[in-house]
This record gives sequence, C-alpha cells and structure tokens, in this order.
Amino acid sequence: MAKIGVFICHCGENIGAKVDCTKLAAAMGEHPGVAVSVEYKYFCSDPGQESVKRAIRDNNLTGVVVAACSPRMHEATFRKACAEAGLNPYLCEIANIREQCSWVHTDNDQATEKAMDITRSMVEKVKRNNKLQPIEVPVTRRALVIGGGIAGIQAALDIANAGQDVVLVEREPSLGGHMAQLSETFPTLDCSQCIMTPRMVEAAQHPKIRLLTYAEIESVDGYIGNFSVRVRMKSRYVDINKCTGCGDCITKCPAKKISSEFDCGLGKRTAIYTPFAQSVPNIPVIDKANCIYFKNGKCKICSKTCQCDAIDFDMQDTFEDIEVGAIVVATGFQVQNNTMYGEYGYGKYPDVINGLQFERLASASGPTAGKILRPSDGVEPQTVVFIQCAGSRDPSKGVRYCSKICCMYTAKHAMLYAHKVHGGKTHIFYMDIRAAGKGYDEFSRRAIEEDEAAYLRGRVSKVWEENGKLMVRGVDTLLGRPVEIAADMVILATAIIAQPDAKEFAKTIGIGYDEYGFYNEAHLKLRPVESSTAGVFLAGACQSPKDIPDSVAQASATASKVLALFSKDMLEREPVVATNNEATCAGCWGCVLACPYNAIEQKDILDRSGRIIKRVASVNPGLCQGCGTCVTFCRSNSLDLAGFTERQIFAEVMGL
Amino acid sequence: MSETFEPEIIAFVCTYCTYAGADLAGTSRLKYAPNVRIIRLPCTGRISPMFILKALQKGADGVLISGCHPGDCHFTHGNYHARRRWMVFRALLDFIGIPPERIKYSWISAAEGVKFAEFINSVTEDIRKLGPFEQYTHLIEQTQAPASL
Repeated sequence: MAKIGVFICHCGENIGAKVDCTKLAAAMGEHPGVAVSVEYKYFCSDPGQESVKRAIRDNNLTGVVVAACSPRMHEATFRKACAEAGLNPYLCEIANIREQCSWVHTDNDQATEKAMDITRSMVEKVKRNNKLQPIEVPVTRRALVIGGGIAGIQAALDIANAGQDVVLVEREPSLGGHMAQLSETFPTLDCSQCIMTPRMVEAAQHPKIRLLTYAEIESVDGYIGNFSVRVRMKSRYVDINKCTGCGDCITKCPAKKISSEFDCGLGKRTAIYTPFAQSVPNIPVIDKANCIYFKNGKCKICSKTCQCDAIDFDMQDTFEDIEVGAIVVATGFQVQNNTMYGEYGYGKYPDVINGLQFERLASASGPTAGKILRPSDGVEPQTVVFIQCAGSRDPSKGVRYCSKICCMYTAKHAMLYAHKVHGGKTHIFYMDIRAAGKGYDEFSRRAIEEDEAAYLRGRVSKVWEENGKLMVRGVDTLLGRPVEIAADMVILATAIIAQPDAKEFAKTIGIGYDEYGFYNEAHLKLRPVESSTAGVFLAGACQSPKDIPDSVAQASATASKVLALFSKDMLEREPVVATNNEATCAGCWGCVLACPYNAIEQKDILDRSGRIIKRVASVNPGLCQGCGTCVTFCRSNSLDLAGFTERQIFAEVMGL
Repeated sequence: MSETFEPEIIAFVCTYCTYAGADLAGTSRLKYAPNVRIIRLPCTGRISPMFILKALQKGADGVLISGCHPGDCHFTHGNYHARRRWMVFRALLDFIGIPPERIKYSWISAAEGVKFAEFINSVTEDIRKLGPFEQYTHLIEQTQAPASL
C-alpha cells in the first residue's frame, strides 16, 4: 500500500500568493494513497528539509512529492534529503507549481486548480516509481591521445605530468603536426621549432607516455572509462628497436627526387626518410610507393649501409588492442587546396603558393634555408602580393566560416618578408582584419606601420603571367578604383578545413561532426572540450580553426577533464537508462537503429548445451544516456526507461 | 458550461529544451493561458503515440508536443525520431477518428520563454475554437463499454 507524502511549499509569496496551498494540501490529503499532506513556507530551507525527513521516518513513507519550484532547481536537494531519511532518492518527485503555475497565471482559482492537477499527477507517478541505484562503472586509468601535434602533445604531457598513463598515437612518422612546419609564430615571432621540438622530446621521453608514431586507430569500442581501442602500427620497414637514427641510409638512398610532404612540395626527400631533421622519434620510414627495391626488386642500398641491421623489407602491419578510460581527439586540420580558384592560378603558376608553403620558404630548416626565393627560378621576389580569405568566408566556392588565423599569419608573413628582403614591396588584399587576441592587433598594426605592408581592402579578380611577372588585378574598395600590380610571387591565405577523413574517423570513434567535418562539442559555450560521447574530449583544430594558444589552452582543458574522470575508481551515473525484457524481446533490432549512442548490443541466449536459442537486445548501461527513443521504437513493448516508464507516464496522464 | 469553453490540453515536452523554456517563461513572469498541463520526458524521442491517445481518451481536448529544435537535440537525434513518428502517426489520425488539428507539434528551445507563452496561448485559442473533443465519449456511450481502459 502506497504511503505518499505531499509537501506543498509556499515559496514565501511566490506560490502562496497565487495558489491556495491550504486548499491544495487538504485536497491532496484526501487523495488515495497519500499518507501525509502538509504545507510550509520554505521546504528548501534547513527546517523545511528536516520536516520532510521527519515525516518520512514517522510515517514510513513510500514516496515523496514536493510541490514547489522546478525540478531543475531543487530536485537534487529533496532527493538528497530523502536519501538521508532512508528513502530511495528516486522515489521523490517534484511537482512544478511555481515556474509553470503560480508565476505564469493571473487568476488564483485557475492557478489553484492547475496546481492540484500537477500535484495529483505527480502523486500518481510516484506511486509507480521504482527504487533505483546509481550505476557504477569502473575506470581504466589510461588515456589515449590521438594526434601528435601541439594540441595532442600538450594534452598528453598534462595528463602524464599528473601521474596518469598516456598512449599518444600519431599517424605520421614523427610528432610535430603543422606547428613543426611553421617558421615563426605570431604575435611574438619566436621560432616555431625552437618552442615545439623540446615539447616533442619531452613527450617522447616521458615515462608515463607511450608514443606510437606511424600508427592509426582502427576501431574504438566500449564506453566512458572502458574503451577498447585497436591500433594499427604501419610497417616502417625499419626496426624501431635497432635503429640508432644515424641517418646513413637517408644519405645513401638513390631515390632522391620525391616531393616532400613536410615541405609542401617545395623540397625533395628520399624514399627512406624522416619528415624533417628534428623528427621525434628520429627513426626513418621507407616510403613503399617510391622505394626502388619495392618497385624493381633491386637496390637494398639502405639495408647494406645500415650497421645496425635495422632494415626489414618483410615487415608487416601489426595490431595492438589497448584499453583506455578516456580519449582525447587532437587530429588537427589541413589547408584547403586552392585549385578551385582558377582565376588565382594556383597549381598553374609555380610562384602562386599558399600560406603553409610560404612558412616552409621562410623556415630556416626549409628547402631554401630560410631565404625567400621564388619556387620557379630561385630568384628573390621584389614585389609580393598576399590574398587573404582565399577560400574562407566564401560560400560559393570555399567555406562559409572565417579560418581565424589567416589575418594574423599574413601579417606575420609580411613582416618576415620585410625582414628578409630589404626594399621588397608587400601588398595585401583583405576583406576585414580580424586580429582579436592578446597582442594581435598591435602585431598586425606593426606589419603596416613598421614593415610597410600595403593593405588594400578588396578582392582579386585575376592573376596572370606577363613578361615573367604575375599580374594581379583587384580592387581597392576604400579608394573605389581598380588596382593592377606586377608581382613576383603571390601567396594565398588558404582556408583551414577539416582533415580529409575527419567524418569517417568521427564515425570510428562515435562522435558528432558539423557540415564541414569539424567535431562537435557537447555544448558550444559550457562544454566546449567534451564531445557528445561521454569520455571523448576534443583538443585543437579538429573542433574548429584555432591558433596555437587556443589549441594549447583547449588541450590543457581536456587534460583536466580526463584527470577529473581518473580521480575516482568508479564512475557514478544517473540510473535513468533503458532496460529490456528479454522474455518478450523479438530481436527485431529496431532499437539498435534508433539508439544514438550504439548502446544496444545483440545478446545470445544459450541453452544448457550452449546452443543459441534466441537473440535479444541488451542495453549497455554504461553507454545508455537515457533518452528513451528505443523504448518508443520497441514493437513488442519490451524496452522501458527507468524513471520514465510506460506505467509512470500513463499514470501521470490519468492523474491529471 | 460557461459562455467560453475552457479546453483541457496536455503537453508532452522534453526536459532539456521545452521544459526549460517553460521554466524561463515562469522566471520571466510571462502570463499565459492556464489550460495546459505539462508532462516532462527526457526527450521527445520518448513520446509514444500511445501517450497522445491516452491523453485524448482521458478527456483532453488537445495535445501538444514540443522539444528541441532540429539539430539541437541533447540526445543528438531523438527529436528527428519524434518528428518521423509524428508524420506517420498523423496519417493514421483521420482513420481512428481524431482530427489532426487537435494535436500540435512545435520546437521550443530553453531560450524561448516568450515563444512558449505565445505557443500556449495560440494552441489554447485554436482548441477553444474547435470545441470539446467528444468523439471518444460518444463511442464509450454507444458501446456501453467501461470508461477506463
């Protein structure tokens, strides 16, 4: 027999002035199953809560309804009070008679009548509430960081420095990402590699970090605290344990004319190579597609040169399953290919390059050893034109969004050019200058005032070659006249876009992405580093275009989230999850299709001899987020949602 | 019955968007018609057509359903399931003798307190014009069937 306690809160005048609480209490006292029905000025106050607890103990209540403010305000307060009085907290419900009744209606009688309906409906629900226990999930205290750029390295170091194990996976042969390719960084103009490479070494040597380069994520299973990740170690053809990184093989390799990815096609590399001189680990890989031995079956010069016997042409990809409790995704970005703008001549004229290629030209470790030279003839350009928003903020051909970093890096390029080519002329076509950030506007002003970059507000309509010059025709909208510049080199501030396989990879790990392939955060403002999947966090430009300080800040934020997750042995979760009645489940798998979280698995029911007699759906409470979509989908009514069962909701409707 | 008919309306809303929007209407002290009773669910994806039928059978003159805007669902796509289910269910309503205009479907976010208040007022007005929903009452009277199912 139900013994429900109804506690009607006046909330001072907030409810009391509009709803006749005395009448409400009297009416509820008459309702079947209600043992106690009382009113009080402020139930959320300490004496108020004490009176609820006393009523629970004195009357052995089997359920509690607090008619007060929104459950979003004080549900937790009263559930805690119930637990303290020995009543299962999930036997307590809130009837919202303030936000959705007393505050929004003018007529006292109508408000009182509505409050009665709301409270009665909740009493009927509570009669059918079940005792629920919070779900406890164990946590594997090891984090997986995917991506070895600055964001991934920062996240890995922060987690490792707090004493937790980290597996850092990078698909390229070396750590570093895009930051290793940059020459100098804005707004300080400090050398990118000088600040990057020590961090790379620190990550590689950290006792708590296991570094897996030239490795890719094959699959991710499991849920928060308990992910199982399969990693593919791509065959380097060089034994990582034997190689000393002496580099003899690289010097001797006869296939020397391969376009270097690291130098964005401006430099050459060999078939056995490390992407750049400071690679971490400093262990080469053989590029199978370009290796003479793999193509012709003859050569093996690297193998003959190697004094450590580290070359192994028979090496195969290997797989390893790793158990982790949290995942940080820091897979970065790529720059858009500008060939969609035929009028700019990218890909047609060798001296039309993109911003990342300019970084390599300006980098001391780049193909020109830091000298700004035209890719076509190696001559120092005397006039350069930068075109900003070459792809960004252009819904017709490029992308709709602002790539955020181009205004700053173009200003930086203009400065680097002015410092390296004295007397050179710089023209920059821009749409707007977006220099929001600490020291950023001052930096872009410096490019104009000290380094004499001529900023022209307007777009470029055509770039063509004439007498060995690149003719750039555009418009200066501030002066309202067309401009034609004879340039030696044109640099396009290309849009930042998601990795080509970003969407596919998002499906592998089970996180959401936007129309551009950038990964979705759980909440744009309040949960910006969490993905929509519990236990998977986002760092760096895989979420949206970002500069280095923002990527590092976000990476540290993910580390703090991971560490908070690792601070407990067991995770506690709300028990509002779906349950399945295996006796009636027909195994139609409609629920599997409906579930947004892949929380429903197929389960085999075996007989005594181990034969499968039935296949049914089974809800993984670790993954289930409790939306209830599967419950409504279920054709045989086998699924139900704890806390919002069919019985409870029908009772609520009938109680109105 | 008084001169103006006061309809009884039952609303099924999700807790993350529309319930929060209704709370916002409250904290903003907006005033709206007192005819609607809200039933809170985790997500519109949890709303079964049976709930709607039960509400009408219980004596409601109208039902409204509201959740997060498309693309904003806390559970990523529960509201899309709800929408599809509604499209299928609506096609059946005529067949079972329920005028589809008695069921209103909307998206109201946690920030749209004003929209919530306006929506409640407009739905109440619409249902008031339609008059009491008596189809089930007639059916029960005709067949002498017990009123509770």
